[in-house]
Amino acid sequence: MFTTSTKFNLAIAAGAGSFFALLPAGAIAQELTLESLRSETAFVFNTLLFLVGGFLVMFMAAGFAMLEAGLVRSKNVSMQCLKNIALYSISGIMFWIFGYSLMYSGVDGGFIGSWLPYSWPTAGAINEGDYSVGSDWFFQMVFCAATASIVSGAVAERIKLLPFLIFVAILTGVIYPISGSWKWGAGWLDGLGFLDFAGSTIVHSVGGWAALTGAIILGARKGKYGPDGRVNPMPGSSIPLATLGTFILWLGWFGFNGGSQLAFGDNTNASDVSRIFINTNFAAAGGVIAAILIMAVIYKKVDVTLALNGALAGLVSITAEPLTPGPLTAILIGSVGGVIVVFAVPFLDKLKIDDVVGAIPVHLLAGIWGTLAVVLTNGDASLMTQVIGILAYGAFAATASGALWFILKMTIGIRVSAEDEYDGLDKAEVGVEAYPEFT
Amino acid sequence: MKIVTAIIKPFKLDEVREALTALGVDGITATDVKGYGRQKGQTEIYRGAEYETHFLPKVKIEIAVDAKKAPQVVEEIAAVAKTGKIGDGKIFVLNLEEAMRIRTGETGLDAL
Repeated sequence: MFTTSTKFNLAIAAGAGSFFALLPAGAIAQELTLESLRSETAFVFNTLLFLVGGFLVMFMAAGFAMLEAGLVRSKNVSMQCLKNIALYSISGIMFWIFGYSLMYSGVDGGFIGSWLPYSWPTAGAINEGDYSVGSDWFFQMVFCAATASIVSGAVAERIKLLPFLIFVAILTGVIYPISGSWKWGAGWLDGLGFLDFAGSTIVHSVGGWAALTGAIILGARKGKYGPDGRVNPMPGSSIPLATLGTFILWLGWFGFNGGSQLAFGDNTNASDVSRIFINTNFAAAGGVIAAILIMAVIYKKVDVTLALNGALAGLVSITAEPLTPGPLTAILIGSVGGVIVVFAVPFLDKLKIDDVVGAIPVHLLAGIWGTLAVVLTNGDASLMTQVIGILAYGAFAATASGALWFILKMTIGIRVSAEDEYDGLDKAEVGVEAYPEFT
Repeated sequence: MKIVTAIIKPFKLDEVREALTALGVDGITATDVKGYGRQKGQTEIYRGAEYETHFLPKVKIEIAVDAKKAPQVVEEIAAVAKTGKIGDGKIFVLNLEEAMRIRTGETGLDAL
């Protein structure tokens, strides 16, 4: 009695009916149009990008922790681990209390946002906009924490815990957000056309400047530099940890750069994120290979720690523009980062600036290069504007971080005593040795 | 009684142990040490900074033996630990005044 086509139509109706029954109440309350479906789908995928990208960047905290733990000496490993887990926690809280609003609320082409703790819609509420409010905060928060992580490596093995954490609180609560507002918060640099896709300048060079001023004001480790320009190496305690940390950072960078597309709800955006993943990977690879080749030529032996730094410098270099380059350009941009690292690390030693993990070449110098390299592939960028941005961030970050280190040094002191430095920070500041059974 | 102390290249330790066991030596103490004699260290490079390692890793073994057996032990160690290259090490023979086996309280040669 029912023809095939009738059965078919009934099946469609039944299917559609169940589909509509499964939709959330809100979707049925508003009229279900193709547009609203598309928009809600985009909302969910954009939010997903922020959340997944966000937790990938969160895991970079483990990457930093392991890299640094591996490159410091055994007697300082517990301290390095403690610094990393503490700074990550402080960053997240400071970015809620002060950071996000300073960076994003009401910047309007200016220099600073507003002074208010941030808040999110209540549970079960429908969020306005193209992505969930909380997902955006979460994604930005992990970037702020990454900036703080950069500093801890450069000042390792002789810094006191408390002043370091105070520094982190102010860096993440105030310094990073104010400078970040200039571009990502739609501030004055954004108005000028400065481009920094995922933060070669905003995250990496800002962290790098704080690391540089810290390393200078703190001073070198005792015994690191001898008379007549002699440099005494202090090899790290665990190459496997350092390597693991580097790979974790590399993985996290897919979230760092990929998530910065800020949209994932349609064909173009999903495809762009794919491109970003690919270029990010190529840049890291380029950095590693360039570092290895140069070392093979100059030193005959290939230092694994510089190869690891090469990967990171490559990643930082592509971070300002991971979308537009083609594969070869991405590799070359990353390679330049690798070259920078191999030459800058011994150069800093010549200047007697003791950067234990190479944070300054990797984040500050490669960050500057990455910001300049945007003009190679992005027609919207102008060299002049990129330079203005680099100088503005440099002036602000160096001055603010330098002043803060100086104030801390003059008030509570930032360096442990010579004896504590000799015994190791694990004993002096943490009370827990990392490797108690290794005598 | 004598203590035969030998500083040897670390990779030779197992060979020496096997050779001494065949000789009837029951106990050896081995320690990781650093040292140099005529074999100087080498120049290494870490993150672009050159440095000289003066001390090289070695292993020190100590064997308490009957004075009559000592020359044989010395010869055996020398034969097995030798590579012919600089850094093979040295053997010293010291006088051992007294010895005791902790478990049983035996002293003198009975303790060895």
